[in-house]
Amino acid sequence: MIRAFAAGVASLLATLLVASVVIFAAMQVLPGDPAQVMLGVNARPDTLAALREQLGLDQPLAVRYWTWVSGLLTGNPGVSHTYAVPVSDLIAARLGVSLPLAALALALAVAIGLPLGMWAAARRGRAVDRGVLIVAQLGIAVPNFWLAMLLVLLFAVTLRWLPPGGFPGWDAGAGPALLALVLPAVALALPQSAILAQVMRQSLVDVLAQDFVRTARAKGLTRGQALRRHALRNAFIPILSVLGLQFPFLLAGTIIIENVFFLPGIGRLVFQAVNQRDLIVVQSVVMLLVAIVAVVNLLVGLAYAAVDPRVRRAA
Amino acid sequence: MTVWRMTRRCAALILGVALLCGGPAFAQRTDLAIGVRLEPPHLDPTAAAAAVIGEITYANLFEGLTRIDREGRVIPGLAESWEVSDDGKVYTFRLRQGVFFHDGSTFDARDAVFTLERAIAPDSINPQKALLEPIEAVEAVDAHTLSVRLKRPTAQLPFILGLPALVIVGHETAETNRAMPNGTGPFRFSRWHMGDRVDLVRNDRYWGEKPALSRVTFRVIGDPSAAYAALMAGNIDAYTNFPAPEHLPQFEADPRFKVVVGRTEGKTVLAQNNARKPLDDIRVRRAIAHAIDRKLLIDGALYGYGDPIGSHFAPQNAGYVDLTGRYPYDPEAARALLREAGAEGLRLKLALPPPSYARRSGEIIAERLRDVGIQVDIVPMEWAQWLTDVFRDKNYDLSIVSHVEPNDLDIYARDDYYFNYDSPEYKALYAELAAEQDEEKRLVLLKSLQQKLTDDAVNGFLFLLPKLGVWDARLQGFWENAPIPANDLTGVRWER
Repeated sequence: MIRAFAAGVASLLATLLVASVVIFAAMQVLPGDPAQVMLGVNARPDTLAALREQLGLDQPLAVRYWTWVSGLLTGNPGVSHTYAVPVSDLIAARLGVSLPLAALALALAVAIGLPLGMWAAARRGRAVDRGVLIVAQLGIAVPNFWLAMLLVLLFAVTLRWLPPGGFPGWDAGAGPALLALVLPAVALALPQSAILAQVMRQSLVDVLAQDFVRTARAKGLTRGQALRRHALRNAFIPILSVLGLQFPFLLAGTIIIENVFFLPGIGRLVFQAVNQRDLIVVQSVVMLLVAIVAVVNLLVGLAYAAVDPRVRRAA
Repeated sequence: MTVWRMTRRCAALILGVALLCGGPAFAQRTDLAIGVRLEPPHLDPTAAAAAVIGEITYANLFEGLTRIDREGRVIPGLAESWEVSDDGKVYTFRLRQGVFFHDGSTFDARDAVFTLERAIAPDSINPQKALLEPIEAVEAVDAHTLSVRLKRPTAQLPFILGLPALVIVGHETAETNRAMPNGTGPFRFSRWHMGDRVDLVRNDRYWGEKPALSRVTFRVIGDPSAAYAALMAGNIDAYTNFPAPEHLPQFEADPRFKVVVGRTEGKTVLAQNNARKPLDDIRVRRAIAHAIDRKLLIDGALYGYGDPIGSHFAPQNAGYVDLTGRYPYDPEAARALLREAGAEGLRLKLALPPPSYARRSGEIIAERLRDVGIQVDIVPMEWAQWLTDVFRDKNYDLSIVSHVEPNDLDIYARDDYYFNYDSPEYKALYAELAAEQDEEKRLVLLKSLQQKLTDDAVNGFLFLLPKLGVWDARLQGFWENAPIPANDLTGVRWER
């Protein structure tokens, strides 16, 4: 277990190092000049040069890479070109919206998807099962931004129960802030919960067909008891891998959803930073996302070991 | 349920409804939430070109020596009056007294000198620095008199000084304006929730007439569908430059909203690289001009909102001459001109920046050009790439973009501008205009300049970008047109 953990951390660090080089290099080949974007079409060459110097863009590549990476390690990757405030402050403020949003969406997806999947598996072949499968298929097919627009039209424009977007800030109280996240979280969660329901159902169906479940039934357990006591734990293994894959997907989804709901989150920050060529912000946010995904993968790997004794022993 | 309880419930319900309906009649609303499309990078209009900074701060937080009003006229701002010397080379501004910055400090000639010197300094990053090139020296004659000495007569100076990038900043607070703007305007900065909104409150020490609004929120909503929903749900009260013409009919049909279609200064052109073959041949450029169907463009790209233009000049400005008839849509004439130029079987690249007017117009123009025998490859690009590839490096054949700066005929007289138009006659005419003080003669010159651009078919002149305003029908006082990117809220109020 400890060896598995150490190996995981080592590969995590290697991933991050490679990612930092790739991301930094990608920013350099991105067409566009940050100074020109900021100063627009009437700027003269000497004005642009003055700004480039202020931004430190006239320094050699290696120096800029080293300044950035060493800054990352100390939690201070640099100062945003456009906002002129530390990137870490910007990111911290935006994470205050995106993390609760992603967490809420994940919780909702699990709370909706897993029970539906179990219900369908327990009633395999019956109307409930077929109903769940059809709804899940629809849920996967519907793009989340379109769902988001429908939700806004119904709950914000027509019924006026929830705000159509925007974020009042946590200092306005947890109530209004959470209320602002409800529709975005639902829009993000529904397609994910459809995937979870399908995987859960299939996984349970497979497990229920295995010998040890038949043995349990033969000992006199009801179908439900056998499912709860013996099948569920085994069926969770594929669910874990799906959840691990879904988390990065949720983070990517926030970029679109935050634009539809005009939320000041990390996704909208990176979207705007790309357009404004605020390279230091883009590369820092992308690096953060890579780090989050890598850490989640590591955790999922460790969770496998906890759920599956074979993995534990092999390690 | 007893009768008594039912009566009580009904009474409560009626009271509630009455309060809901009658409430606004008693309390006059003085707050306003207004939508803008882009997130401001910061709030200092003297340090970045982003139009949204002006849309939030101009005339609200910051004021210039002169001021540009809703019709694009120059009126007094922090300068009460000004006069120009007979040779046109010295401007003397008399500054308003009793004006305070929001931090309590007094405005005087030192601030004006500081602002202008900062803008023309070698390390200046003012986006309009190029327009200040004629300035030789700025000095404070006394605490309330400013003198600006020029290298050559520049009749545009009062207008230039009214632009958002040249608002007056306090000499002690200039460097902190990005996050804590400190101006002299009728509103004070309150708070910036980055990525979401900017809050302003009324400035009770304002030197002029106090605005009717006490609180203003600028909310950043970029997505057109989100902007539509935010207005419909009452989340914002106004969107003065609505991004999606396709939604306007829905607002027009709804009595809660007022839709006002005005004009911007956005001269939308099919930019042509005049130095590159075959576009260096005037016959080819004229052929392209004949292949442009403005009616179709305005209907297809702008859903019918917008005015056709025939030169690089907005119809609402003095001196305008209608040249839209110079090259009527005529595919046969276009084909003939191309044959004459020996330019058949052409293949051109059309670079399109992100705005929907450009992308939609691009599709239509490409189709029409194909019709006369010019193959067009559309290359969509982001602004950042457009700025370097097309604007800076001039590596393009055709592009579509709206030039939103007012009075910008000078761009055709510049060396090295991205159109690569190089005409000694035009430059001579423009130099004459820049030095001319007499209004009648200026108008004649303006007409000749427009005429020259159209004769040379420098660019394809398409349409003037409309300003699509949508706001709560009970609101009054917004600018109908957008002579500069601004939301002057001084005169905005809720109807009683």
